[in-house]
Amino acid sequence: MVQESPLYGSVTVVVAGELDHCTASQIRRQLDGILEDPSITHLCLDLENLTFMDSSGIGVLLGRLRVLQQRGGMLSVKNMQPPIEKLFRLTGLQRVIGVEKNAKGVR
Amino acid sequence: MQNHMELRFSAYPQNESFARVAIAAFAVQLNPTLPEMADIKTAVSEAVTNAIVHGYREHDGMVSMTADFGDRRLLTVSIHDDGCGIEDVETAMQPFYSTGDGAERSGMGFCVMQTFMDAVDVDSRVDQGTTVTMRKYITGEVGLHRERMLDEIG
Repeated sequence: MVQESPLYGSVTVVVAGELDHCTASQIRRQLDGILEDPSITHLCLDLENLTFMDSSGIGVLLGRLRVLQQRGGMLSVKNMQPPIEKLFRLTGLQRVIGVEKNAKGVR
Repeated sequence: MQNHMELRFSAYPQNESFARVAIAAFAVQLNPTLPEMADIKTAVSEAVTNAIVHGYREHDGMVSMTADFGDRRLLTVSIHDDGCGIEDVETAMQPFYSTGDGAERSGMGFCVMQTFMDAVDVDSRVDQGTTVTMRKYITGEVGLHRERMLDEIG
């Protein structure tokens, strides 16, 4: 999980591998560790190397969104692989989580 | 020809990815498209997770997975647990329904299964267990064209 923070209050985190019920608690802990810094108001997840996600992952994302919204912030994702993009589309997740234009042309 | 497989594994979260890999290895014989394969793996992951989290409430138990397909390219996958069962299946299948156990659950598991597969049946008895049976017609190359068409029309 790599972090980049080009702008004050904004952090990009690379989430790689698989996000299911088994891995959810570890990824949740890592993201919550980053969000312990109250100055962070924009968390962007780079999902280019996330090869699998199911509804357990949706739970993780919605939980972090709630934390950010409570401080007036936002959660976004970028570089989704097609199956994860489909999960976003079919569950309406893209209506509450910002989807940044694919920076690296991943589709 | 009717091809059949059966698998039985411990209800451990680590076996969720094992179940996905196993169903993918079986289904690949039908030459599914990448989107079809992703749909099958996601639906199986949801059903196995439900068995572990809700069926056994993260206690020890065994999960069974059986799968079949025949000449008509209809893949049938069943996930069975001998856990606590579901009192009201209809309510449990509603989007965003969650048992409210305090954990962060999306309540979208059945919704994902229904969206990604062609049919989902749930047979559950309280204190006896649950069987989720999912069916998907594997179109293969035809499916690839259909996905592209759907992408194009948005």
